[in-house]
Amino acid sequence: MFISLLLQEGPADTTDYMIAGYAVIFGVMLLYVISLWVRNRNLEKDLEVLQEIQGEDR
Amino acid sequence: MNSKPRLLTILDVVTVLLLLVASYMVFFYAPQEAVMGDVQRVFYFHVASGWVGMLGFIGAAVSGIIYLIKKDRKWDIVGLAAVEIGIAFIFINIVTGSIWARPIWNTWWTWDPRLTTATVMLLIYLAYLMLRQGIEDPDRRARFGAVYAIIGSLSVPLTYFSARIFRTIHPVVIGSGDPSATGSFDMTPMMTQAFMFSLFTFTFIFIDLFWHRIRLGQKTDHVEQLRLKTME
Repeated sequence: MFISLLLQEGPADTTDYMIAGYAVIFGVMLLYVISLWVRNRNLEKDLEVLQEIQGEDR
Repeated sequence: MNSKPRLLTILDVVTVLLLLVASYMVFFYAPQEAVMGDVQRVFYFHVASGWVGMLGFIGAAVSGIIYLIKKDRKWDIVGLAAVEIGIAFIFINIVTGSIWARPIWNTWWTWDPRLTTATVMLLIYLAYLMLRQGIEDPDRRARFGAVYAIIGSLSVPLTYFSARIFRTIHPVVIGSGDPSATGSFDMTPMMTQAFMFSLFTFTFIFIDLFWHRIRLGQKTDHVEQLRLKTME
């Protein structure tokens, strides 16, 4: 394949692979940021419940 | 818990702006590579992701050393944060490398020294997360995590130098690599600028995510302690 790339006249048409690559890059980064946000939100909820329980105990 | 620091908000904004500029440089500023075409543009963020991954794993090893000296659990939180970010970015690095390889090497995957060492490195740190889950005692878990991160970090230089010391088809863009590498190219000054800016941007992404992840770890620890207090 690489030899055929060298023999061709212009650059190879590999735009689809570039799009796939950047979809993975931005997709994984976005998923990671969302996971941080979701975990933080869940912890906030847990914290509220625990503080409520502690308030009732007093 | 403390509210979000103003500096972190500024860092979020700066990081997003840098990512926008880096994306512009990759897609519009850097010229199209003469042989490979557009898929070569994957290289900029592919290498930058590898850089962030390695920063994470080295950061975890440094945190591990500090934990073993100081026995302060906050360094365990820092180490875990670094490993988690490292895993996310090494995963990006490996998958984008595979996507690049398909049109250039005519295969999605080959057990080349660089690809193999990078995969082993990823698996080592995935095992770190899984093994941590199995340890209940927080101090024991932190001690285990510290020692594991220090030993695991040996995989970082091994992966980095694998394309330089072993016979490999993986191209080495900085420094000299194996002449039989397939897919090598000479960077033009504009390509070099886009590449350096991508590295700079991803360093900011690492710092920003690292800070957020450490804060999340601190909050998790706080909730856990409150839960234990409530159960008493």
